[in-house]
Amino acid sequence: MNGYDFNFAGHGLTALPSGALFWAARGLLCVSDLHLGKSERLARRGGGLLPPYDSLATLSRLSDDLDRTGAGRVICLGDSFDDLAAGAALGEAERQTLMRLMAGREWVWVEGNHDPGPLDIGGSHRAELWIEQLVFRHQAESRSAAEISGHYHPKQRLAGTARPCFLLDEKRVILPAYGTYTGGLFCDAPELDRLMGPGALAILTGSRALPCPMRPRRA
Amino acid sequence: MPDLPARLIEWFAAQGWALHSHQQAMLDLGDRSSTLLIAPTGGGKTLSGFLPSLAELGETPEAGLHTLYISPLKALAADIRRNLRRPIEGAGLAIRVEDRTGDTSYTQRRRQRADPPHILLTTPESLALMLSYPDAGRTFAGLQRVVVDEIHALAESRRGDQLMLCLARLERLCPGLRRVGLSATVEDPPALARFLGAGTEILLAEAGPDPDISMLETETAPPWAGGGGRYAIGEILEQVKAHRTTLIFHNTRAQAEIFFHELWQANTENLPIGIHHGSLAREQRERVEQAMVEGRLRAVVCTGSLDLGIDWGDVDLVIQVGAPKNVKRLVQRIGRANHRYNAPSKALLVPANRWEIVECQAALEAVKAHDLDGEPRGPGPRDVVCQHMLMVACAGPFEEKALLAEIRGAGPYADLSRAEFDDCLNFVATGGYALRAYDRWQRLMQRDGLWQLRDPRAASVIRQNLGTIIDTETLKVRLKGRFGGLALGEVEESFAASLTPGDTFLIGGKVVRYEGLNELTVEVTPSPGRDPKVAVFSGTKFATSTLLTRRILEILAQDSWPELPAHTAEWLDLQRRVSRMPEAESLLVESFPYEGREHLCVHGFAGRNAQQTLGLILTKRMEEEGLAPLGFVASDYATLIWGLDPVLELGQLFDLARMRDGLEGWLQGNALMKRTFRTVGVISGLIERQHQGRRKSGRQATFSSDILYDTLRRFDPDHLMLRLTRDEVMRGMVDFGRIEELFARVGDRIDLRRLERVPPLAAPLFLEVGKVPVQGEGRERLLAVQAERLMQAAGLA
Repeated sequence: MNGYDFNFAGHGLTALPSGALFWAARGLLCVSDLHLGKSERLARRGGGLLPPYDSLATLSRLSDDLDRTGAGRVICLGDSFDDLAAGAALGEAERQTLMRLMAGREWVWVEGNHDPGPLDIGGSHRAELWIEQLVFRHQAESRSAAEISGHYHPKQRLAGTARPCFLLDEKRVILPAYGTYTGGLFCDAPELDRLMGPGALAILTGSRALPCPMRPRRA
Repeated sequence: MPDLPARLIEWFAAQGWALHSHQQAMLDLGDRSSTLLIAPTGGGKTLSGFLPSLAELGETPEAGLHTLYISPLKALAADIRRNLRRPIEGAGLAIRVEDRTGDTSYTQRRRQRADPPHILLTTPESLALMLSYPDAGRTFAGLQRVVVDEIHALAESRRGDQLMLCLARLERLCPGLRRVGLSATVEDPPALARFLGAGTEILLAEAGPDPDISMLETETAPPWAGGGGRYAIGEILEQVKAHRTTLIFHNTRAQAEIFFHELWQANTENLPIGIHHGSLAREQRERVEQAMVEGRLRAVVCTGSLDLGIDWGDVDLVIQVGAPKNVKRLVQRIGRANHRYNAPSKALLVPANRWEIVECQAALEAVKAHDLDGEPRGPGPRDVVCQHMLMVACAGPFEEKALLAEIRGAGPYADLSRAEFDDCLNFVATGGYALRAYDRWQRLMQRDGLWQLRDPRAASVIRQNLGTIIDTETLKVRLKGRFGGLALGEVEESFAASLTPGDTFLIGGKVVRYEGLNELTVEVTPSPGRDPKVAVFSGTKFATSTLLTRRILEILAQDSWPELPAHTAEWLDLQRRVSRMPEAESLLVESFPYEGREHLCVHGFAGRNAQQTLGLILTKRMEEEGLAPLGFVASDYATLIWGLDPVLELGQLFDLARMRDGLEGWLQGNALMKRTFRTVGVISGLIERQHQGRRKSGRQATFSSDILYDTLRRFDPDHLMLRLTRDEVMRGMVDFGRIEELFARVGDRIDLRRLERVPPLAAPLFLEVGKVPVQGEGRERLLAVQAERLMQAAGLA
């Protein structure tokens, strides 16, 4: 799967090149910041009418990841919807795709700052979630350990290109944004620098997951 | 036609001024509905445009807007205001003249809408903005005349297309409106007349004397490559001393900066010399402009921001540093010197490197032969129509048929079909998507047969996005608070991102030290350093015209070059010895290693755009053949491709049929398409410009327009935005016609030379800007190597 396997708090996890995190032992796939319904929300607010295919594109990548991993459990780490109205405004094709993906799977929506309340869409809704000492929440907390989060949309420059990336140290994993219409925050942003330990890795997404230091030493 | 006010005639006489014959003609023909005046620089062209207005307004005019003057530059509008006020105030006329540009304050602009002056001086963008308000009809009530200055410059870009749409709209608000276009010498006057509008009559002024123009002779030879002309600083300073006022033109802002810095280091006598370019803070520019008007400066180092008609005192010498790229522009710049009719202007060309010596020689010969260049422009692009529709909707509800008629009234859109119009309207109203519609959140809705904004609050966003100039993202540069907090100018965001604290770079002629980013401002401190890391501004990249390229090939074909300096002749000789000389009848391709990468140089002489296309197609073909290309860069004469593996035989690489097939393929996924898509998207209102205030809200919120492009390609490949992007690329940037022309010219005479080191003519390409990366297997291999190296360096592997 071209993923990057690593050990985190005693568990074997895999960073997939798509930006999803896979926990093979538990058959669990974790994705963050899907921002479903983003184009709809921008249009509603009177902005440009962006191509309304972002949600379909996001769900079709998620579908590919589920097929490849055979995951039976899914955690969406918050900001799954661009706002609470976006869930209701999801088009018919998108809704059906999402229902098909959710069918027969244990599905958890962790809440984020964009989607703080429960949605009428099935699955269970949580503020945060603990599994075997690992905590899954939307936004990292500075004193937390063994924490898996999203929110920041980290990205990293390498050899003249910029890619969304995972950030990883002994205490936490921060996932890249999985949604199609999402930008990113470079790893040298102070908020990310404060959170991550000295030996932190950035795992770039793309055609394969590629680890490199989060803070490269300048030659 | 009324005569000029008696007091004005007296004032002219007191100054010893007499009208030129074309000025009198303009006055006599003031009733014509549309006139294009073509006159050489220094012929009092701008005054000619205003004379009928001064005559009609008389000594005590009624309140209300009479004449609208449009200039391509803010600086020009301010300059004309000064020049026009002199006779008006001198003769004691009660005519109010004001300018209005992006620099005008909010209160002033509001007042101008409610109580306009008699003569308003503005830019195309400000005009579009004024027309977007519901009270536009009142603002422009009574308007009689529009004067478009330097219309040839506007006609070269979308700014002119937008202006013509705005004039068509003005004409509907003010029936009987008369138009005047003012232009310096152009190669095709009838085409420019059609651009200004149907029924435009041409008035040709007498041409001035030929300029006194030559290449500056220098002790030191110019460098092998690179730009800036710093080798010639000693001789240039001597010229400045020998003249009253000198303008020193550069082709890019970065080069102007470096040159200015070095010039001051050599300026031991402290001659007053200033710098002027578009990246400098407004106060800085105004200070220089003021000093220039007062005659306090001996020289100004400048860029295109001073190209057009600004009339600044006693300029008696123009120096062009770097090859002029385009004969027409060179003629304009030369015209800056000796702003007096019937006196020859004096100009010196300073080639920045040996390649440019050949270019300058070709340009000199063209100027002497009165050979002007210019490529005809096709119909106006439709992204501008989309923006125009949004602008019109901001002003109020509109009727479909009336808008179509209005748009067709603009020269560049005279042939717009109903279907093309519908396409644009559908896009603007609904997004124009095939598979999924915004039923509830349309931008425009039809009510009672009229189109209008669904959400009137959207108007402010639309207004902020008006205009067709697409800037690269820039950040302001300021001295840190304890050094006074002075604004120095702007740098590109990508440049700012590459800085680490302690780095030094040049701006406003000063070396400064990068301290950090504060919000969206680059904070710097003064640095005494002499060797800065150079700022890469987005200075306009000129393409050498077809005409010059052809003349250059003719020069290269000579057996020897007695008219060129010895060092350049030797350089060309060296190329002939180590490789061979490129010719019109065959295609030279050189393959060589340099600094751990393999290179391929293709000397096509097809112009920058076609060479760029050649780069795209060839890298695609190389990717298919497993040659792992990493990127390429193009000049007007050649394309340089680099990659991991050497090209030792050409095989099918240059097969024209395969290249044409490849064209469709690369059109889909390459970086140039994405760059063009962004431009088209911003102009047509799909993508919002990044405003300083907006960006503050967090960078996660904004995402790259590349994502939109990829999404559209996948779900809606026939969408209007993709079609417009393809049209734009095919027309301007691809220039596939010239690639076909090239292959028709050279046939199968393609000569591959494998060399051990960089050949002389290829060397300058290593310094070209605008490198295009290739996202392929080579890039993946390189990423993996780089990541591995960093992991090892960090002790993490």
